Amino acid sequence: MSQNPFSLWVYLSQSPLLWLTVTLLTYAVADAVSLATHRHPLANPVLHSMWIIGVFLLATGTSYTTYFGGAQFVHFLLGPATVALAVPLYENRKVVMAAILPMLAALAVGSVTAVASVVLLAEAFGLPRGVVLSLTPKSVTAGVAMGISESLHADPSLTAVAVVLTGIMGAITVTPLMNRVGITDFRARGFAVGIAAHGIGTARAFQVDAVAGVFAGIAMSLNALVTSLLVPLAVTLLVR
Amino acid sequence: MIASLSLILLCQLAGEAFVRGLGLPMPGPVVGLALLLLLLLARDRFDILACGPLQGGGVENASRGLLAHLSLLFVPAGVGVVQQLGLIAQYGVAIAAVLAISVVVTLLATVATFLVASRLLARGGGEP
Repeated sequence: MSQNPFSLWVYLSQSPLLWLTVTLLTYAVADAVSLATHRHPLANPVLHSMWIIGVFLLATGTSYTTYFGGAQFVHFLLGPATVALAVPLYENRKVVMAAILPMLAALAVGSVTAVASVVLLAEAFGLPRGVVLSLTPKSVTAGVAMGISESLHADPSLTAVAVVLTGIMGAITVTPLMNRVGITDFRARGFAVGIAAHGIGTARAFQVDAVAGVFAGIAMSLNALVTSLLVPLAVTLLVR
Repeated sequence: MIASLSLILLCQLAGEAFVRGLGLPMPGPVVGLALLLLLLLARDRFDILACGPLQGGGVENASRGLLAHLSLLFVPAGVGVVQQLGLIAQYGVAIAAVLAISVVVTLLATVATFLVASRLLARGGGEP
């Protein structure tokens, strides 16, 4: 016991091991709580993992760069998980083909609404141009949105936060909102949450209904495609 | 398991190479998704493809494993909020309001379009 505890902390806090463990452990606890509350919308595991880890980083004076050194292994899997969406799409190809036209119509309207509404609202609220640009791709999955943000010379880290917040808000509101409006078609509900709230919405849809999850996954991947083409156009037309 | 994960990564890699090579403004993993879907569909038609991860539910199980905890994968990006505390103190309320209104509007517009379109098509298909 010649080493003092502080030097042990200095060593561990710089290693990827600690931050990867913190990420997985916090999420495992948040997910267990979500399961114990029967997947209550407000017990969203991403929301609670985010602030718990955030507070822990601030309390220990750890930089985000150090944290990301460990958490990048989880972040990397966003790409392969996008590819993996091919499997639910393949397994439900008959359901999908039967609804292909409503899906394409909803995709066109939904992706334009997502981009146009955020630009117009952000301008109405008087947010500075850099923030408006960073918020624009918020309805697509994190990796894709950060790429779009980079190509606009906006701030990809602010975009990532906007993406995650949008996903959480969509995941929390979708079930109460759809029940209130009286929509019982789980294909439509899933598709809407996939367009509005990407992977976090899709994860929520899979918790509620398998068909909803499949449609959310399809919507999310189609939206990633459409939004990356749509955002440069919207920025030219709508941003002052 | 390893072969299945390799196949998924290979699809992503091919997608990235395709997108970067041609300078297309779309994300590489989305092209990877299309590629894996084509492989799965082709396997049902051509027996010769039904080997390795494409047989016995290999790639299907690996994909289900990845998708089972999809929301975990967003945690590292979300924790990035600690870098934006100054901005959030200044504009946090406006940003939250903009995102919340936008997400509700998008949900309603999408779900309404889907239902109206499927009803119109059902009616059109019912007529002789």
